[in-house]
Amino acid sequence: MVLVYIDQADQQIKKSSLEAMSYGAALAKQLGCDVTALILGTVQNNLADLGKHGAQKVYHLKNESLNSLDVKLHSTLIATAAKNANATVVVFAHNINGKAIAPAVAVKLEAGIVTGASSLPNTENGFVVTKTVFSGKAFASIQIETAIKVIAINQNSFGLVDYDTSATIEEINISVPAPSIKITKVDKIEGEIPLTEANLVVSGGRGLKGPEHWNILLDLAKALGASTACSRPVSDSDWRPHHEHVGQTGIQIAPNLYIAIGISGAIQHLAGVNRSKTIVVINKDPEAPFFKAADYGVVGDAFEVVPALTSAILKMKSTA
Amino acid sequence: MKILVCISKTPDTTAKIAFTEGNTKFDENGVQWIINPYDEWYALVKAIELKEKDASTIIHLVTVGLADAEPIIRKALALGGDEAIRVNSNSNDSFYVAKQIATIAKEGSYELIFTGKETIDYNSASIGSMLSAILDFPFVSLANQLDLNGNTATVRREIEGGEETCEVNLPLVISCQKGMAEQRIPNMRGIMAARTKPLKVVEPIETIARTSIKKFESPLAKSGVKLVDPTNMDELVKLLKEEAKVI
Repeated sequence: MVLVYIDQADQQIKKSSLEAMSYGAALAKQLGCDVTALILGTVQNNLADLGKHGAQKVYHLKNESLNSLDVKLHSTLIATAAKNANATVVVFAHNINGKAIAPAVAVKLEAGIVTGASSLPNTENGFVVTKTVFSGKAFASIQIETAIKVIAINQNSFGLVDYDTSATIEEINISVPAPSIKITKVDKIEGEIPLTEANLVVSGGRGLKGPEHWNILLDLAKALGASTACSRPVSDSDWRPHHEHVGQTGIQIAPNLYIAIGISGAIQHLAGVNRSKTIVVINKDPEAPFFKAADYGVVGDAFEVVPALTSAILKMKSTA
Repeated sequence: MKILVCISKTPDTTAKIAFTEGNTKFDENGVQWIINPYDEWYALVKAIELKEKDASTIIHLVTVGLADAEPIIRKALALGGDEAIRVNSNSNDSFYVAKQIATIAKEGSYELIFTGKETIDYNSASIGSMLSAILDFPFVSLANQLDLNGNTATVRREIEGGEETCEVNLPLVISCQKGMAEQRIPNMRGIMAARTKPLKVVEPIETIARTSIKKFESPLAKSGVKLVDPTNMDELVKLLKEEAKVI
């Protein structure tokens, strides 16, 4: 059977976990086996709703001490639950929690693992999973040689699949060891969608000339309901916070829409955003390399184009 | 305090990514090799900063690679670190690599093990987590600050939607990212000193790889940019709504 680990942040199930659930359900169908979700800690969501993304059953280890990430604790419990359920494949979201936990679970299950998977495995001849490598500049097909397999699926790469079912919930009891870490302070970034989960992203580069000009970008993001990002020189100059830096050495994202304003498109930047479904580039330099990687381009002055785009979006929304 | 820093050799961030031998091997032709940026800028430099605070700190570097990884290890030693160990293998299976490093870690009784948050070639982000499982140590990922107080580490890490601070007892595995330390460049004294620092080569312990790469592919090229008149943003909105269907 396929076991899908559903992680949470702030007692809310993340969208990336629902994608992992959809992926796990599709994989179970391909393999002709059952699919069960596993959730640790207490959450505010209705767990039966996991059926809407393909779960037949949900194992729930209801214990408040599991609400924040403790890799040693979580990996031990997930491996135990996987063994008890005779899971042959364990699926994670390749998000912050999944990246930290999945490889440790693989060790505990003596399983081969592929992280950053981009599609369902090819199971015609063995078990071959395709993943992104070289920060999105290429794909590698990787054969997993072990009986038990662990896969961590990239965010925003396998869409949500809707099913018309409800999952049955089974509370499980595994004794929870003492925590290995103690959380002393939590700082949430309020009201923002994390960049890796955002469908729409508006991003600025040096072409905006200084942090005092960011309001035109923020207005556009607000009109769209988009998250904001920036290039490395911008975060290095402290024009914007480090957590907004997308690129090879920052965050890698794959939104539906990426709008790049005043970013030339260095190869390191492209590596972080080239999995975006649609890329719009606004730059006054027609020779900017980013245009080669874009779907739509506007050659023009950002200080005129961006406010005009914001107005056009607001106009479209008000008439829609 | 004994710190083990895991170092990986990766292609330079501007390297052309191409494949050879029927798309089964990375084409190394003309590629400049660097220390994986996360390993260098954050993991290694943080270890050096800790040694600058407490001179009794010992920093060992470990890499799993063939002889062609030695220039990278020497460059790492030029930044800092007391000695290096190279495990003579070129496996790209994460478990195989983690198992080799864990063996070195056990023998050396290190209290802190640093990795970068991921390598920029295979992007698996797996070694730190695997090391923690093999060694049965706690693991803190995506750390951007670390203070030591006796046997307790205070670590700041990225979480979904924010950051949090946590306290963990050593021994401990930490994966490092931006914020952890300030990037530096080796100075002439460091480069000279690195030439004579010990670089021990050990053979890998027997381990069965759990994965193997079958082939590589390059992403499909974009069909070409559609240019929109800068004075006609209504047109761009229409394209995004009706053609791309993303808004």
